[in-house]
Amino acid sequence: MRRLPILALYALPLIFLAVFYLYPLLAILRVGVGGDDFAAQAAAALTSAALWRLLWFTTWQAALSTALTVLAGLPLAFIFARFDFPGKRILHALLTIPFVMPTVVVAAAFMALIGRTGLLNSWLQRWLALAAPPIQLEQTIWLILIVHVFYNVAIIIRTVGGFWGNLNPHLNETAMALGAPPWQVWRTVTLPLLLPSILAASLLVFLFCFTSFGVVLILGGLRFATIEVEIYRQAVSYFNLPLAALLSIVQLALTFSVMIVYTRLQARVSRQLRGRRPARSQRPRNWRQWGLVIGALVVTAVGLLAPLLALAVRSFTLGDQGVTLLYYQALTENPRQSAFFAPPITAITNSLLYALATLAISLPLGVISVYMLAQPRSRTAAVLDPLLLLPLGTSAVTLGFGYIVAMGPLRTSPWLTPIAHALIALPFVVRTLLPARRALDQRLQMAAATLGAGAWQRWWTIDAPLLTRALAISAAFAFAISLGEFGATLLVARPDRPTMPMVIYQALGRPGLLNYGQALAMSTILMVVTALALLAIERFRLPGEEEF
Amino acid sequence: MLEVVDIHKRFAPDKPVLQGVSLALAREEILCLLGPSGCGKSTLLRVIAGLESPDRGEVRLRGVVITRLPPHRRGIGLMFQDYALFPHLDVAGNIGYGLRMQGVPAAERRARVDALLALVNLQGYARRTVDELSGGEQQRVALARTLAPNPALLLLDEPVANLDRLLRAELVQELRRILKTLHVTTIFVTHDQEEAFALADRVAVMHAGRIVQVDAPPQLYRRPANTFVAEFLGFRNLLPLLGAPTERQVSTAAGAFVLPEAAPKSLAPSARLLIPPDAAVLDAASPGATYVPFRGRVTATIFRGSLFQVEVTPATAAAACQLSFEFRNRGRQRLPQVGEDILLWLDTSQMLVVNDEEA
Repeated sequence: MRRLPILALYALPLIFLAVFYLYPLLAILRVGVGGDDFAAQAAAALTSAALWRLLWFTTWQAALSTALTVLAGLPLAFIFARFDFPGKRILHALLTIPFVMPTVVVAAAFMALIGRTGLLNSWLQRWLALAAPPIQLEQTIWLILIVHVFYNVAIIIRTVGGFWGNLNPHLNETAMALGAPPWQVWRTVTLPLLLPSILAASLLVFLFCFTSFGVVLILGGLRFATIEVEIYRQAVSYFNLPLAALLSIVQLALTFSVMIVYTRLQARVSRQLRGRRPARSQRPRNWRQWGLVIGALVVTAVGLLAPLLALAVRSFTLGDQGVTLLYYQALTENPRQSAFFAPPITAITNSLLYALATLAISLPLGVISVYMLAQPRSRTAAVLDPLLLLPLGTSAVTLGFGYIVAMGPLRTSPWLTPIAHALIALPFVVRTLLPARRALDQRLQMAAATLGAGAWQRWWTIDAPLLTRALAISAAFAFAISLGEFGATLLVARPDRPTMPMVIYQALGRPGLLNYGQALAMSTILMVVTALALLAIERFRLPGEEEF
Repeated sequence: MLEVVDIHKRFAPDKPVLQGVSLALAREEILCLLGPSGCGKSTLLRVIAGLESPDRGEVRLRGVVITRLPPHRRGIGLMFQDYALFPHLDVAGNIGYGLRMQGVPAAERRARVDALLALVNLQGYARRTVDELSGGEQQRVALARTLAPNPALLLLDEPVANLDRLLRAELVQELRRILKTLHVTTIFVTHDQEEAFALADRVAVMHAGRIVQVDAPPQLYRRPANTFVAEFLGFRNLLPLLGAPTERQVSTAAGAFVLPEAAPKSLAPSARLLIPPDAAVLDAASPGATYVPFRGRVTATIFRGSLFQVEVTPATAAAACQLSFEFRNRGRQRLPQVGEDILLWLDTSQMLVVNDEEA
């Protein structure tokens, strides 16, 4: 009977996932399949050219984004893996930026850098005395592709680079001694060994680009739509719930298939890595290598920082007044003087409250899940493990849409937003905590027990202090995810309690310099808050710990 | 066969790794580079293989200068301590890799792989994956892979260090058999003197980026060139000299001895008298003309199976001085007890004055 409280505790994550993940998905299925004329509708939809165009665009833009990301990421991964140079730690920390920066912020940042009225265009126009802006990327596929590369290149650098750095250098050297010239060493040894990690990382990138929402919605205008964007439009703008449900089902089927392949590959990659001692990276030895390293350093730093800096600069200098606080002031004013609309600045409070609530939900659930998962040969762990990964393969808009159709009277509850955020954050929390929990030596517990510590005392005096670092990192992750979450929030949050990304999106959609400026100002604030979370992550992270 | 001439290498301005190493190898010779970790022995191996380029000096193979030749054009086989088996290839794929790089046709390659598998006693292992192999099997696959392209010279970096002790002795025997059957010229690196003695024709002792002595194992053991070599080979009875030796007579805290030959002329302050641990006989009467009596008190005894070891403080010792001797353990013999005063006979013909390295 003494195990009962423990069992009740263990049931919590399962109940949470059942109610706030599986049930909404089932509700979507019901809406999609359950209607009277489902067969006719599905047949009509499946034969419509529009649906196939949508699928085709979603797929090829994701494939092209992935290819470009791999092309950009592999050389950088090599340099990170092989060389040791001043500033490497800082640069590695910068690579966390895309993980945590909200899509709306990044979209706004790229518009501030290379948009029609962006920083680059206004400089080029001034220097070259041009009448029209020379960079015309807005509303083109190129801008979407560039932002996708920005977002995902870090995945390639970190996963492939981490794997590369752990490859035994003796393998290459042995191949050379056996008579293989450099290109043969690459073709017959390095590439085959890297391939699983490249494939796994590419699949993850593909998955993220396939379900890309904020970037396409904001930068694509009306010309481009992924399935994800179309689900949102059908559900919110046209209120065509059956079609939205059908699209969600199609997308879920596709993303889950990719997820399955990804987890298989990932397992293979981590198996290959097990028990390998890290190779020593070395200082560049000659001018050619230094040139390579410095070039990569500059490209990465500029690529990661330039859009964000442009955003900050532009939020103070948009228009012709010179440096101005105009747009920040406008955030504190109530534009319509109506009681229904709060000044945009209150979105900051909303976002922070939601983020704290997200922490309160996701951290305890994460800790409990991790203890379940770490139990050897546990049947619940076998169920929970894939279940916890599923939200990663489920798009945010689908989830938000599921809440709309499933939650009935709860739909208007302010708790729904942090619950959605917690669900999205949970896989990240678990993935960060799990290695730390697995690293806990059971013998410490036994030693403490022989020294007279009871079960709770043991947890509090042994496990808790050893998990602190991982807890801090996962808290920062969950916090940043909640702050930046856009897709689910847009469907779930109440209009009178908007979050920062919602305010930015709305301001971007309204005409006029003042609205655009406010969007930039709010984006800058969100960027700064997120950067603080990022600093916390890097502060606590030990090198070589990340799993993503 | 191989000549290494005055090789210098430093990884950082203040970190010289090799400081003028020269070496020559005869055809079919097995040479061992012996030294503590960090002495530069692995770096020297990498320079010969072409994986590091020396700052100064020359490497010649069969009279041809290969100092600037890339590793894949040298035809020198190299086997690492961790074996570095290709995890994505099976056993046959690993062994045949070098032949594949030479463009040997598949059928011929298969025949050669089978022959090599037979040579290292792994018949039927061709399709195994690398993960399935035990440590000893991995070592033999790595050896077969290195031998497959018929290298002009074989370099082995700590070839048996990753194996447990029992297996190691067996594989050292096996290795010597294979190398001598194939008549391969070999350099191997180790920090274990037993391995060096069992496998090598000649041993080169390295210290701080230099070769300090090259000799056949018995000569090396009987006549270590300096105090570093003596200490590295495990000799513990190295007594400071009291005053300059007069001709063949040296005096130490353990007494004065007349040696079979004169001590070197210019002695460094750190020169020592070396008394090998097996130079003592535990007996009442003198065993021979070269033996001198030695009285001392037993401070510790250590039972070591076929040997027993006795630590003795000389009765005459002015300063703190302790000697350690080993005796063959002969059944019913009574062992000395701690605190007992005993009489030993020391063989002066085995004693040797070893000079400091710098002198």
